[in-house]
Amino acid sequence: MKDRLTSKTKIIGLILTALGLLVMPPFYASYWITLLTQMLIFAILAMSLDILLGYTGLSSFGHAGFFGVAGYAVAILSTRYKMGFLFCFVSGVSLSILISMIFGFLVAHATGVYFLIITLALGMVLWGLAFRWVTMTGGDNGISGIVRPDIGLPLALKDPLTFYYVVLVFFLMAMVLMAILVRSPFGHSLKGVRESESRMRVLGYHSWLHKYLAYVVSAAFAGFAGVFWAYFNGFISPFDMDLNASIEIVLMVILGGPGTLIGPALGAGIIVFLKNFISAYTQRWLLILGTIYILTILYAPQGLVNLLKDWLKGRRNKACGKKLSD
Amino acid sequence: MISLLQGERFLRAPARVKSCGACIGWRRFHFKRRMAGGLILGDFLLVQTLNGLSFAALLFLLSSGLSLIYGVMKIVNIAHGSFFMVGTYVGLSVILKTNNFFLGAFAGGLAVGALGFIMERGFLRRFPLQALPQMMITLGFALLFRDLSLLIWGGDPYILPCPEYLKGSVKIFQVVFPIYRIFIFFVAAVVAVALWLFNEKTLFGAKLRAAVDDHEMAGGVGLNVPMISGCMFGLGAFLAGFGGVMGGPIFGVYPGLDFELLSLSFVVVIVGGRGSLLGSAVGSILVGLVDNFGKALIPELSYFTLFAPMALVVALKPTGLFGKE
Repeated sequence: MKDRLTSKTKIIGLILTALGLLVMPPFYASYWITLLTQMLIFAILAMSLDILLGYTGLSSFGHAGFFGVAGYAVAILSTRYKMGFLFCFVSGVSLSILISMIFGFLVAHATGVYFLIITLALGMVLWGLAFRWVTMTGGDNGISGIVRPDIGLPLALKDPLTFYYVVLVFFLMAMVLMAILVRSPFGHSLKGVRESESRMRVLGYHSWLHKYLAYVVSAAFAGFAGVFWAYFNGFISPFDMDLNASIEIVLMVILGGPGTLIGPALGAGIIVFLKNFISAYTQRWLLILGTIYILTILYAPQGLVNLLKDWLKGRRNKACGKKLSD
Repeated sequence: MISLLQGERFLRAPARVKSCGACIGWRRFHFKRRMAGGLILGDFLLVQTLNGLSFAALLFLLSSGLSLIYGVMKIVNIAHGSFFMVGTYVGLSVILKTNNFFLGAFAGGLAVGALGFIMERGFLRRFPLQALPQMMITLGFALLFRDLSLLIWGGDPYILPCPEYLKGSVKIFQVVFPIYRIFIFFVAAVVAVALWLFNEKTLFGAKLRAAVDDHEMAGGVGLNVPMISGCMFGLGAFLAGFGGVMGGPIFGVYPGLDFELLSLSFVVVIVGGRGSLLGSAVGSILVGLVDNFGKALIPELSYFTLFAPMALVVALKPTGLFGKE
């Protein structure tokens, strides 16, 4: 049996999502629009990590570093040198790619817990730079006053709704690109590396190169998200790329469902929503987040999407069984 | 406990503690000397080396526990910095109540040791040798501990009171150096020797090594492996809490201390090699010195000077300098 959602559920879900994201936003209050924008940005970030974590089986704990690097590139270029959107976008993403290409040489040979530790350390290198290189990054205070760019549209991006739609377009673009990637032969051989690296090597695949490229690609999309985060927030600080931030992305992926693209996007949506919603009512957000970490690992280690899949499959099997016995 | 802290017997740390925890005392000390006039190279080297060594002593207390947990059980314990912080807070409360520094140190250690034992037996045991779930659970606990200690002890930074007989300073050549920092170095040395003796010469140490080398076989010959690993995790946590109180008169304790020290102790374990006592000691000294000199010479890139060599060591020798495969 194919491991897929039933087509009916899939279509209903697709229609509802399209309604909620495309058609309805003009009717939402501006609070919800900014919240949705934030969810989309983190969804890109979580999906980018999933290329590594879910598809290649490498858990990176320094992923927020690339997100932050691109954000800082935008912040510095746009506030200090008054550069336009296109230049900032390209240089933000290229900087992430460049750094990941250097780091890739250090991490690509590692697996399992070593990969985890090395990426954690490299994430800290980036965080340490942001935190202490005060003349460049503003240190603890971060960089504020990033103005949303003029990208040649008749509408101003200061309007949250317009900005939302721009982010939505880029989100869909990123999602389609990543979907093509994971369904390509390259994506399938990444899964092969996840399942058994030694077997892939015996079959003649260059597993080191696959891991290296997966690392670079996921960093590129993290930078992609970072660019929009800087524009969205108007402010970037070392806290956007510290260990907490990195692990939060991992949580988004695990909560949603590693090895799918929808899952991490869903996980990102849930975490961003809870973070904003709960912290509006209580000071004890960390207490709740900590509990979510523990409960997720204990009860949904495969993620919500995979839980749902199993549940649907179980129901269908039951229905089939009934028909047969009748 | 809050009312206890609102007494007047404790010292409140200066505001700058918040921005720069790992170097409060050191930075200030160094700054004073620079102000006093031209800095002589020899003095500078001596001061920074001594500072680096006493910082290394603290790092050793913290990282030996982490190395034990990481090396033996392969658990990346994100909550280790939290053990350090919570232990210090508990120690602070006990010291303020009993006025006994060492009672406080043991109380802090035992409290987080018990926490660690419960964590291992209750939660981590369910995911043997699965790095990712274990790490996420320890992170969940780290967040819980951080928020709970904020709830109990509040957000103000505190400096632990130093015992009377360890106050004052000595003069080494041209340099005035506080006695307490020398004392810390001796504490770390004693702990190192005690750990070595415990590991090599006692029955429990032998059981522990057996459980590490081959846990199935150890279970087969009748050792209670789950109990041993629970105790091991507890011991690692105890060392962190004990070290926290010992470092309290210098570092102080404040929200955010947990992750700040966690990163440093990870560097030590990664550079030194997991599960190796010698590695922890050498790693601590290296990191203590590099961190100290880095902060004094190029403060702008101080984290970079610390993490970049570590990344290199890991890339070239993933097991660390003294680690075994």
